[in-house]
Amino acid sequence: MLGIRTFRGGGVFPYERKSRTRDKRIWNAAIPGIAVIPFLQHSGTPAVPLVRQGDRVREGMLIGRPAGEDSAAVHSPIPGIVQELVNVVLPNGNSSLAALVALDGEFDRLGKETRSFPWENLTPEELIDAIANRGVVGMGGESVPTRQKYLRARQAGAETLIVNGVESEPYVCADYRLMIEKAAEIVEGIRIAEKALGVKHVFFAISNGRSEAAEAVGTALRSSGSQARLIQLQDRYPQGDEKELVRAITGKEVPSGGSPLDTGTVVSNVATVFAIYEAVVLQKPLIDRVVTVAGGAVRNPGNLKVRLGTPLADLIEECGGFRHTPARIVVGGPMTGLGIFDLSIPVTKGTRAVLALSEAEVGDATETACIQCGRCVRACPMGLEPTILYKYIDHQQYDRAVAAGLADCHECGACAYVCPAHIPLVQGLKVGKRVVDDRIRTREAAK
Amino acid sequence: MIMWFTVLCLSPAALWGTYVYGWRALGVIAVSVAASVVCEFLIVRFLFGRDRKVENPAGRTELLRPRNAGTLRDGSAALTGLLIGMTMPPAVPLYVPIVAAVFALAVVKWTFGGLGTNWMNPALAARVFVYFSWTPQMTSWTMPKPLLGMPAGGTVDAIAAATPLGLIKTHVVTGMIAADGPMSLLRQAGYPRSAFDGNVTEWLNAHILVHLGANLPGGYVDLFVGNIPGAIGEGSVLLLLLGSVFMFGRRIISWEIPASYFFSFAFFEWIFGGTLYHTGFFSGDVLFSVCTGGFVLALFYMATDPVTSPMSSSGMVVYGTGVGILTFLIRTFGSIPEGVALAIIFMNMFVPLINRVTTPRRYGVRAGGEAA
Repeated sequence: MLGIRTFRGGGVFPYERKSRTRDKRIWNAAIPGIAVIPFLQHSGTPAVPLVRQGDRVREGMLIGRPAGEDSAAVHSPIPGIVQELVNVVLPNGNSSLAALVALDGEFDRLGKETRSFPWENLTPEELIDAIANRGVVGMGGESVPTRQKYLRARQAGAETLIVNGVESEPYVCADYRLMIEKAAEIVEGIRIAEKALGVKHVFFAISNGRSEAAEAVGTALRSSGSQARLIQLQDRYPQGDEKELVRAITGKEVPSGGSPLDTGTVVSNVATVFAIYEAVVLQKPLIDRVVTVAGGAVRNPGNLKVRLGTPLADLIEECGGFRHTPARIVVGGPMTGLGIFDLSIPVTKGTRAVLALSEAEVGDATETACIQCGRCVRACPMGLEPTILYKYIDHQQYDRAVAAGLADCHECGACAYVCPAHIPLVQGLKVGKRVVDDRIRTREAAK
Repeated sequence: MIMWFTVLCLSPAALWGTYVYGWRALGVIAVSVAASVVCEFLIVRFLFGRDRKVENPAGRTELLRPRNAGTLRDGSAALTGLLIGMTMPPAVPLYVPIVAAVFALAVVKWTFGGLGTNWMNPALAARVFVYFSWTPQMTSWTMPKPLLGMPAGGTVDAIAAATPLGLIKTHVVTGMIAADGPMSLLRQAGYPRSAFDGNVTEWLNAHILVHLGANLPGGYVDLFVGNIPGAIGEGSVLLLLLGSVFMFGRRIISWEIPASYFFSFAFFEWIFGGTLYHTGFFSGDVLFSVCTGGFVLALFYMATDPVTSPMSSSGMVVYGTGVGILTFLIRTFGSIPEGVALAIIFMNMFVPLINRVTTPRRYGVRAGGEAA
């Protein structure tokens, strides 16, 4: 492991469980008969709907306009007719207005030849606008609108771009397949991002042991004349989280309460960079993404290129349905993903994976008493003491929890993974964070 | 299943005790385990009542039980009982382990809230309690089978009831025998040695150690395999080590406490251990020290108790080092020959303090507390 970089303390080595999906080529999922398109597929404010019931929409047509800095454009992934606007509940518990589009009419892009747009002459501002106009948001996790992130980075004078191809969570292979199959496109996306941001250094981070992807990206980088440096990182969880990534690559730490920008660094996921390529070079709005469908309960797991708005039930169907009743269905990776109970939820811009886990994979999780073993303390990459935070929250001592660093927890789930007593530590901390946020909001409203 | 697995790892050493001391040793262990489990059961029943079954909204029946009440099935009470049994002399009257078990569970564990909340190792606190309550019963030892009938010096009666460390303590205090180290003291006092020890030592010296230019004196093989008088489960260093391999393999224990405990103890024994024999500094017999007095049992199974040891890596090292130093101090200068139990429960008291001062360094936060 010598010479391979990683973050400082904590972390875990979960079972990879990627063997059933890592060698499966990305295939195109079926076009959904009805697409459910939420106007909130990003962090921040929902887009403003531009369509009404009965409107005819075209493939890739703008149907939601950004409502401000912290908002993003939403496009229709399929041609059709807007049946109605309804409220849907997203996996993270947010509810959002969504357009139900019934497939109808012709495709403008599907099956048509595409031409490359010569973007080299555009200014950084024009590039960022082009990216924003096609609805690009971060596709790795939090779904921050890319325009918002990149404008702030320019203002702050960020000098370093880290392209995140780490994908340290078990099961998920969407980024890995994308790097193998679309390396040249990703590298062109990097060059666009580089210019849009005006950064001096670019690092491409990839997990050690993903040699096929590393070779593909390395070859593409060499032939493109990009200045990006390929960096192999130890395959330790949560290496793919921004803060651990920044620490591993730049040696700097993101200050408590801050963002990578405070270290002059911007982190973008490979899927985001690929979306930037499509947005600028192909002038294609963000209407599809690669999703890993996996888990022991899925008959034929794989990596699918899916139109946004496709209901998860369709995806499971596409993968041969369930072998047996899943014990848990998760949107996202098994460590940070969110459990869902309703398969009519659609794929959105931030959906990396859908996992249907069998009883054996979920394991026995009967909660028992905390035995103070401290495994969570040693697993926390942020140097927190999850068991103590959990007890503060359990006893409603929120001020002490905040003083002990509750806000620094980025919910990677390493603590809950190692807990021998199966205490739902992350859920507890999430609840605590929400209570604290609510209290701050109430306090500010009272002023 | 941490606790049950630990029980499994300990059982070979417990069975060795049964082999060398006979069925009565197994009886002592069985009584302490049974007493612990029954005591835990009664306390849980008294505090929480019967388990109630309720129907949850999804229509499934659920067992309604407070978090702390599930300790019978998780094996923690059985483990406490097993540890108590293993630290008892083979011929101890059976009321001693029973009182120890009740003290461990009712006083040390449950007065502080049960599993996970006690601040002292229940098995060790109980051992210390009964040691000071019934000292004669707790210090009369039995000759293990391999040593019975072996020729010993002229003072067989005195030797028959002594552990190596006990014998040494007596002789160091009285100063009757002048020896240059613990092993030669035992030999001069006429301590018996098994035939097995003679054969194995000879073979080792002839085939392996000769190439390294070393020579192993007799007696150490007996210490290593457990052919010496002592508590039922502490003798077999070999089998305790074997169990610890699985404990490490399943990550039930981590390196911090055993390593820091071992090195701090060995370090001080090496420097100062020889002073008792007037051989000067840096002449202590470390091998002898770590193979006697229940050190290995304490090293892997007692000092590492998750409940009563610190949480962070650095805290564990501080704690382990402290236990090592205290064990050395008690053994060398105290009136009790062993000292591991006292050293551990003494350090247990400092665990909350250690936890407080060895919190991990937070990511993105400078030492002063402000954002980095």
